[in-house]
Amino acid sequence: MATDRLDVRKTYKLYLGGRFPRSESGRTFEITDSKGRFLANAARASRKDVRDAVVAARKAQQGWAAATAYNRGQVLYRVAELLEGRRDQFVAEVAAAEGLSTRKATSQVDAAIDRWVHYAGWTDKYAQVDGGLNPVAGPYFDLSVPEPTGVVAAIAPQRSSLLGLTAVLAPLLVSGNTAVVVASERRALPAITLSEVLATSDVPGGVVNLLTGHVTELAPVLAGHLDVDALDLTGCTGTEVDTEELERLAAENVKRVVPAPAEEPAFDAGPAGPARILAFCETKTVWHPKGT
Amino acid sequence: MSLVLPGDVTDLTDATASDSALQRFLHGLPGVDQVGAEKRAATLATRSIKRGSKRWALDLAISMVDLTTLEGADTPGRIRSLCAKAVRPDPSDPQVPSAAAVCVYPDLVGTAVEAVGGSGVQVASVATAFPSGRSSLDIKLADTRDAVAAGADEIDMVIDRGAFLTGRYGQVLEEIVAVKEACGDAHLKVILETGELATYDNVRRASWLALAGGGDFVKTSTGKVSPASTLPVTLVMLEAVRDFAQLTGEIRGVKSAGGIRTAKDALRYLVLVNEVAGPEWLRPDRYRFGASSLLNDLLLQRTKQLTGVYADPDRVTID
Amino acid sequence: MSQTETETETETVPDVATPTWEYDPAPEARELAHIRSSYGLFIDGEFVDPAGDGSFATIDPSTERHLAEVALAGGEDVDRAVAAARKAFGPWSAASGRDRGRYLFRLARLLAERAREFAVLESIDNGKPIRETRDIDVPTAAAHLFYHAGWADKLDWAGLGPQPRPLGVAGQVIPWNFPLLMLIWKIAPALACGNTVVIKPAETTPLSAMLFAELCQQAELPPGVVNIVTGAGETGAAIVSHGDVDKVAFTGSTAVGKAIQRELAGSGKRLTLELGGKAANVVFDDAPIDQAVEGIVDGIFFNQGHVCCAGSRLLVQENVHDLVVDKLKRRLETLRLGDPLDKNTDIGAINSAEQLERITSLVDIGEAEGGERWSPACELPSSGFWFAPTVFTGVGASSRIAVEEIFGPVLSVLTFRTPEEAVAKANNTPYGLSAGVWTEKGSRMFWMADRLEAGVVWANTFNRLDPTSPFGGYKESGFGREGGRHGLAAYLAAPALEG
Repeated sequence: MATDRLDVRKTYKLYLGGRFPRSESGRTFEITDSKGRFLANAARASRKDVRDAVVAARKAQQGWAAATAYNRGQVLYRVAELLEGRRDQFVAEVAAAEGLSTRKATSQVDAAIDRWVHYAGWTDKYAQVDGGLNPVAGPYFDLSVPEPTGVVAAIAPQRSSLLGLTAVLAPLLVSGNTAVVVASERRALPAITLSEVLATSDVPGGVVNLLTGHVTELAPVLAGHLDVDALDLTGCTGTEVDTEELERLAAENVKRVVPAPAEEPAFDAGPAGPARILAFCETKTVWHPKGT
Repeated sequence: MSLVLPGDVTDLTDATASDSALQRFLHGLPGVDQVGAEKRAATLATRSIKRGSKRWALDLAISMVDLTTLEGADTPGRIRSLCAKAVRPDPSDPQVPSAAAVCVYPDLVGTAVEAVGGSGVQVASVATAFPSGRSSLDIKLADTRDAVAAGADEIDMVIDRGAFLTGRYGQVLEEIVAVKEACGDAHLKVILETGELATYDNVRRASWLALAGGGDFVKTSTGKVSPASTLPVTLVMLEAVRDFAQLTGEIRGVKSAGGIRTAKDALRYLVLVNEVAGPEWLRPDRYRFGASSLLNDLLLQRTKQLTGVYADPDRVTID
Repeated sequence: MSQTETETETETVPDVATPTWEYDPAPEARELAHIRSSYGLFIDGEFVDPAGDGSFATIDPSTERHLAEVALAGGEDVDRAVAAARKAFGPWSAASGRDRGRYLFRLARLLAERAREFAVLESIDNGKPIRETRDIDVPTAAAHLFYHAGWADKLDWAGLGPQPRPLGVAGQVIPWNFPLLMLIWKIAPALACGNTVVIKPAETTPLSAMLFAELCQQAELPPGVVNIVTGAGETGAAIVSHGDVDKVAFTGSTAVGKAIQRELAGSGKRLTLELGGKAANVVFDDAPIDQAVEGIVDGIFFNQGHVCCAGSRLLVQENVHDLVVDKLKRRLETLRLGDPLDKNTDIGAINSAEQLERITSLVDIGEAEGGERWSPACELPSSGFWFAPTVFTGVGASSRIAVEEIFGPVLSVLTFRTPEEAVAKANNTPYGLSAGVWTEKGSRMFWMADRLEAGVVWANTFNRLDPTSPFGGYKESGFGREGGRHGLAAYLAAPALEG
């Protein structure tokens, strides 16, 4: 019978610069399901992995931002397509990670897929919603446009392993930011599988870098890193990490910070407009005289 | 080496060697940003000229006026009256300097020469089928020679704007050179008619063309086309003359003509001359106003400065 | 720069002719500004004495003449101001947008009516030329009030989320370089959005703020909506860290901005920062050179270089370096430095002895590091704080004058060869407030504008400001915008991130 077959297990690694390395530290940590049963060993990222991730994200940023909005939209939509193709796998992983029934896990995965589709459609619209012509009192053409902030470090939500991650990650990619994301610490496996999707999608290597490990260890390194431009602390809620200290560290290079909410949001309701996109945008205003 | 233009342009010989070289040179001149140029002129217009510097400037302005009448109805009587005014703008005050010149049509040059006598006031004549310039070169040259023969000290020619706007720069240059030659010893002012050139880029190019052709002055306008002289147009021309002097060592002049009616306007122009070209241009042989009613306002303001009392227009003569 | 003097005929020149035209002094009437001998704090609609007896002097930096004693607000005074603002917040935020707008319209008109008085006072207290206060600072401030007045009843349509709500009490700390304009930049959007404010003007330039307080009274603005407390850094710190302040807005140095961001960590207070800059002004060989020279002058010598968005790094394409520098130097020879109240003054006084010391020491360092220093011949007044316009050529990219914000009339000139190099050098700074580009080639202009990491890019112009135009930084130049629709976001509750 088929059940006699021993399954081939996956080694869960980090996702850095489009590759899947183990942690340079050689460390792993144990991932269990909601009932405490062993699921896998995940790589336990170190300071140096953070450093490498930021380097990869920085390297990829200009190219990703320079892609046309239409192209970024297609790339993000492609992620949804690939997720759809591996829907059953994600349902199983989310169910295991979050201790959900298949029905509830399915709704989480479907919402995550929907979220990628939703943000794919924003890439060529948010600039029109947020930007525009400033009617200055003089003979000048004056435009304001939102631009990506740069490299964003995000702590993914702890409970909602796939939908929460998507809700945080997808919008910051819309404008052309690149990301270093720390996955849900205890529910990391769907995130790693998502990175496999990203690797086989059209998302360029380095645009998304996904670390697994201890938030308390990794978040301060990201918060204090001077080549990280912005910090999304949404996923710090429910961890032991000292978010006040993270915000203090962030001040060192005037990072833009989305603070940790009092409670992890219910992501099911859907995004509130382009707010998460614009949280990681800078407004650039360009003046030019009008004359002959 | 003087630094004036981008590239290795050090003199104008090569630049004017052929039509295509001329095209390359003129279109290689740095562009003029309209808004920036107008803003600079507007900022300089806020300079506040007071007391001694104002009295000095009013006298200077009087001495820079080309007192002009260019009407179909001009008569010898009117010309004589105008010349008397130019020689002695304020008969009650011998301290008032003479105007720089009178500016008339060619057929009235003789009358003007006689009227100004040996006063030092120059007689300028428009020529070259003024104001449109729409005639053959032969006619333009004859027009010029005619005025010079009648005793004109200065010739105010118009460029062929049609040729300029269609890019026939060589033709425009040749005409200037030919007219300059026909002038003999007379000074040549080259009228660009900036109101028809439309852009400051064109004004800059036409200025260099006029300078390269040997014009002693570049002049804004005929006074027959609106807009005539404006502060920013004069600014662009002063920049050209300044840069030309740096490049070649030759100092040429600028004449702003048309629409300058008040002493306040005139002082603003002088501020431009002072700050854009430099104080060494604050001389009647380097800067002129082409105007008619301006002179009376200068006189009124001069009286006000001296007496502290606002004057009555009826106390200056109408000419 | 040889000016050939070949012609000698001078007989037609008037008798009074002199080789140069010295403009006689044209001073604006100092008496227009009524300066009191001492100033209290403006709290709850009244001028009040501080709890302690501390005060400090404000002086005219162009003469070092004592102008007035100004109350030094301590913690107790800040408490009182915040309490007044808190009390006023309820009714003010509940008032209709139409009525809030009406007060702002009144203020706009009152300011315009007394514009010249404000201009004179500002020039005296700050040292900046009357031409700037008269033509830029004050009219722009009035325009800012007028613009935001119109927003007050239209916030629902600003695209900043459904049912936009004010934040509460805004604590605001502003710098000395544009005392009135910065005051209005802070107050106008805060009030339009329904917040109340406690604001601290800079220690060296408190007077225009106190005059504005009079306008608040004349406009019958409800007491407590605007509270103005004067003092130094400690007063500012007390506002920023006050437990009942909901929002902090700061304009000033990056170092202090970082300290504030650290201080507010974990507090949940909303923060906007408008910090320092080291803007590149990039001149290509196809630039409109004469206007570029004006833009360079505007960029760094406007307001004595006391401008966070100043174009302090001139990046000029190597093949026009000599040309541009030559023209620039000739232009600088025409700048007029002196009495700020003289209408013809282009360069006024440095705002304080402290700032002069900072500029002087950085310029000395620049020279020691091998930069070639040049200033036009220019006589500095014997009293007051003055610094001649200064240009450094041959500046290494790592030289401190090319890296650090000087906040003075000092320009560093560097070169580049290609557009890529220009962008790389322009962006090679932790700052990102502004940048300039000069080129007549449209596609290159957009290419540059796209790549420059700066909140404001001035293409073929420089240092233009408008109430409708968002202003603010990238990177360590801060976050948040002031002006335009975007500026309102700083004073409204953040829209929910999740539905």
